Order: sequence, then C-alpha cells, then structure tokens
Amino acid sequence: MTRTPELVCPAGTPAGLRTAVDAGAHSVYCGYRDETNARNFPGLNFDRAEMREAAAYTHDHGAKILVALNTFMRAGAADIWKRGVDDAVAAGADALILADIALIDYARKTHPRQRLHLSVQAAAATPEAIVFYRDRFGIARVVLPRVLTVEEIARLTAQAAPCETEVFVFGGLCVMAEGRCMLSSYATGKSPNMTGVCSPPSHVSYREDDGVLAASVGGFTVERFEKGEPAGYPTLCKGRFTARGTASHLFEDPVSLNAVELLPRLAEIGVAAFKIEGRQRGRAYISTVVQAFRRAVDALGAGGRIDFGELRALTEGGRETVGAYKKAWR
Amino acid sequence: MSTSRMSLTLGPVLYNWPIARWIEFYNRIADEAPVDRVCLGEAICSKRQPFLDEVILGTVDRLERGGKEVVYSTLALPTTKREVRDIDAMIEAGYLIEANDITTVHLLAGRPHIVGPFVNVYNEEALALHVKLGATRVCLPPELPLASIGIMAAGNDAVEVFAFGRPPLALSARCYHARSHGVPKDACQFVCEQDSDGMDVFTLDGAPFLSVNGVQTQGFVVTSATREVAELREAGVASLRLSPQSCDMVRVATIFRHLLDGHMTQKEAAEALGVLALPGPLSDGFLRGLPGCTAELD
Repeated sequence: MTRTPELVCPAGTPAGLRTAVDAGAHSVYCGYRDETNARNFPGLNFDRAEMREAAAYTHDHGAKILVALNTFMRAGAADIWKRGVDDAVAAGADALILADIALIDYARKTHPRQRLHLSVQAAAATPEAIVFYRDRFGIARVVLPRVLTVEEIARLTAQAAPCETEVFVFGGLCVMAEGRCMLSSYATGKSPNMTGVCSPPSHVSYREDDGVLAASVGGFTVERFEKGEPAGYPTLCKGRFTARGTASHLFEDPVSLNAVELLPRLAEIGVAAFKIEGRQRGRAYISTVVQAFRRAVDALGAGGRIDFGELRALTEGGRETVGAYKKAWR
Repeated sequence: MSTSRMSLTLGPVLYNWPIARWIEFYNRIADEAPVDRVCLGEAICSKRQPFLDEVILGTVDRLERGGKEVVYSTLALPTTKREVRDIDAMIEAGYLIEANDITTVHLLAGRPHIVGPFVNVYNEEALALHVKLGATRVCLPPELPLASIGIMAAGNDAVEVFAFGRPPLALSARCYHARSHGVPKDACQFVCEQDSDGMDVFTLDGAPFLSVNGVQTQGFVVTSATREVAELREAGVASLRLSPQSCDMVRVATIFRHLLDGHMTQKEAAEALGVLALPGPLSDGFLRGLPGCTAELD
C-alpha cells in the first residue's frame, strides 16, 4: 500500500497561500521579504506579521507551513538569516527549508527540536551527501536536485531513510544543478545563491528591430521573437545561443517540468512529498494546479487511478518535459 | 599588514585534453612552474576518468620530484554509485584530496583535505565549519566579491581565491557538448576533446558570452586578479588559484609569482598576461562585485 505523498505547494503572497491551502495543499512553502529566500522578487513574500498570520491560517485548515531561508548567508551579515530562522520558528513554521551549512548548524543548535528540510539549493545528489546532513544536523527531509533519474531517486530514497525525500513534479525547471549556478551572477551581478534572484526583471530589456522582438538579460540577447510569436520571459539557461556556428537552445528549450506520468512510480519508491514550483505564479493558476494534483495524490493513496488527462492539460499550449527524471534527457 | 608569503595553487585541468598533451603539460609544470601545489584529476566528467587513471601515478611522481605538493581533485557532481566508489578509492589510497562536493567531504570523515571552488562556502561561519571538518584550504566560489573575501580570510590561513582562468559557473546532469553535436551523452564520442578551452558560446547577435565544457558551463572571460593582489594579501588570503587554460601556464604562474614577490608591478603583470593567447578578455568583475562578465578596463 502506497502512502499518500504530501503535496507541497508554492505560496508567493499571503493571498496565494490562502488559495493554495483552500485548494487542498497538504503544505505550503514561503519566505520572508528579503534576500534570505531564493525567490526574492519585488511584490512577493511575507513580512513578519504576515508570516504569523499565514501560519495561523495554514494550521487552522489542517495544513503545514514550510519557511524557506535557502540562500547563502552573506559574509559579515549572518544575523539577517539567523533572525529569519528565529522568527520563522516563533511564527510556528512546521519546517525550515535551508541550504547554507552554517545556517543549518545554527538552526539545529538554537532550535534543537525544530524540523529542518534541506533545500534543493544545497544540491545533495548522493546518499553520502544526504547522510552527511541527516547525521550531523538531523535533517528530516531533503529536496532532491533535478539532476537525477527516477531509478537514482529510488536508490537515494532507500538509503536516506529515515530522512524523507521530496521531488519537484511540476513547474519551472532548472537545467543546472540547483545552488551551483552562477549564470545570472555572471550576466547581471545578481545571483540565486547570494541575492535570491535568477535572470531578474530589473535586468531584462526588450527591443524591437524589423518586427523582431529581442529579449536581453544583462545586455546579452537570449531570445528573439518573430512578429505574432508569444514572447516568453527570457531566462538565461533557456535562451537561444550560437555555438559551432549554429543557433539553438543550447542548454534547454523553453519548457517546464511536468512529471505527472511518473507520480505512481515516485510514490511507489517511497518519495514522501511532491513539490510544485511557482511562488511567482498567479492565484488562478495555483488554484487549478493544486486542485488537480491533490486529486491525483488522493487517488494514488486510495489505490485508484490518476486522471492524467487533467494534469497534462495544465501545460496545454506550453511545452513540457520530464527532465532528468528520464535518462535520455542528459 | 600581513607579511606571510601567498602561495600559488594550480587547479586541475578542467578540459578534456588528449592524454599526451595532459602528460606533457604536467611535466612542464613540474619542471618549470613556480607553483606550490598542483591539483590534478577529473573534476567534470567521470567518462574522461579512465584515461587519466592510466597515467596519473607517473605524473604525480614527476610533480612531487619537482617539489610540488600534489592534490587529487575529485568530481564536482557525482551521482552514480561507481563515481562515489571511485572517489572513496582515491581517499583510501592516501592522496591529499580536493573535495568538490559534499559527498566527498562526507567520505573524507575528518581527514585533512582541500575544498575546491565547487562547494558553496559563502561566509566566515561556513568556512569555519569546513575547517572543523578537516579542510586545510578552501578555494572560494568565484562569484564572491572582495568584501566577502576580506571578512572570510581574516584570522585564518585557509582561504584561496580563484585568480586566473575561465570562471566555473554551473554544472548539469546534461552534457551540452554532446547536445550541441547531436549525439547522446552515453555515446558522446568525447566530442569535448575538440575544444581545449571549452566551446565558445555567443548570443544571437554575435556577442561572446559563455563557454561550455561538457556538463560544465564557464564564463567566456578569463578571470584575472592581478589588480586585486595587494588587497587580497592585506585581507589575509593564503593562496591564489590558477586554473589551466591552453595558453602558456608556466608563464602565467611566473607572472603571478613575480607580482606577489614585488618583481613586477600590477600594470606589468596585466600587460604580460594580456599578450598571451587567451580564450577571452581578462576580467575581475566578480571580485569587484560587478557582473562576472565585466571585462577589465585600463
């Protein structure tokens, strides 16, 4: 009998959090409005009072709240991150999602009973790496980097126990090993690891010549859209570049992750939680996606059949991939 | 002001060089390069590893006879059982290891080792933790600015700074060399061997941007810390890392040694590097807290 996996859903704003909880999220993840979390965009995230209210709302509805403090502490400024840990614990966070080894060490020592998750930004991709964090710091769950195949995830999940594994199943896809990518830092000076942003809007510009819309990040053209072609957001690793004289989506096509077809197998191998990416997404999207995935995990838990058609339709119009979960992607 | 002598570390060759060239490179380093320690071993792709395994003992011996401290570099993104087992075997063989992933730090179980630039050590507390875990030297991630380096290097002799070479930017499960050649990763025919400084990547309007080395992405520019050497020394940085490119690395090492010893000015050093056959413009953007692509201005 497969245990019902926990559905972990994004909450970019207080309103988005209530939407996700109402739509059936088992847990929501969110962060403070500063550089301590990896989605540090203007208009997103929670101040201290909002976080306390969010925790109360989540708990009142029988769900859990996971607070992400998953950037790397700036030298000389560790207090900003530590205060975040202390405040999240005080607010009633069910777990903290951390990446920096020193912040993990602080959280464990200062709050010995607090549940800690290892962020995908720590990129623990082997049983040895997971055991390192589990045995030294009592990490209860590790969010796996999107560089692994399903069979590698099975091996990891077995060896990580009693530490749980959580995998991304839907939403944006990092092509690079998470937490180990400085492309944005190289092009814009703003870095996922240090500032909590990737290809930030502040450094994106568009210009039109001859009916062609060119999108740039940090002054580097990463995509050109013909007239009438929908202009997507220019993310560095999903742009078109020229190598060996040929232009192509060298790193990855502008696709998003949709691992719906793998849900039964992931549940079978004991993955504890399925994660949906997208703290920057709107409430309507969150509501639709969360409801659909909740029905799917409920069906899984009850031994019933998943309505794959409904989940596939979520990315209709957009392009999707199962990414590294299948070996051929590599 | 700190008066201790800054040492030089030659990082591992990150590219897939033909084995004869690889041996020749290290032989010349052993005989001629004024570096204190030399890292060697495959950090990027385990498929390249068998070629090195056949010749590495001879090269280690040659380097040690040349008076260099030899460090065995390990994979930056191990994922398979075999890759982890191979790292463990090198630890058991007694080499001084450079850990490029937490996996390796775990396997080392407290033995003295070096931490390479692929491990996320961004602040003084993370540095102290790694030292407690046995790290005697930590090469910081290349995106760290001088402001962070200064705080981290104070009061210890463990900090190394990435001072020359194309900056490592990202790692992936996917091989972009294979993808670009339209071959599967499992049957890649080692197409990465064609690009001894990585495969140059340009934007659609022809601006140089990145460089691809198998599963690794690097910057197009070549890091150069010649302008920051005085500040780095002042801050207490213990060593500088020179990452091999196809240019004359003996000359690069000599330039940095002369600069550190006061036999060359910063301007002379920059000019001397500038005339070498470099794959991109010199840059100290990351060190100055600017985008890493920022070319050095006169």
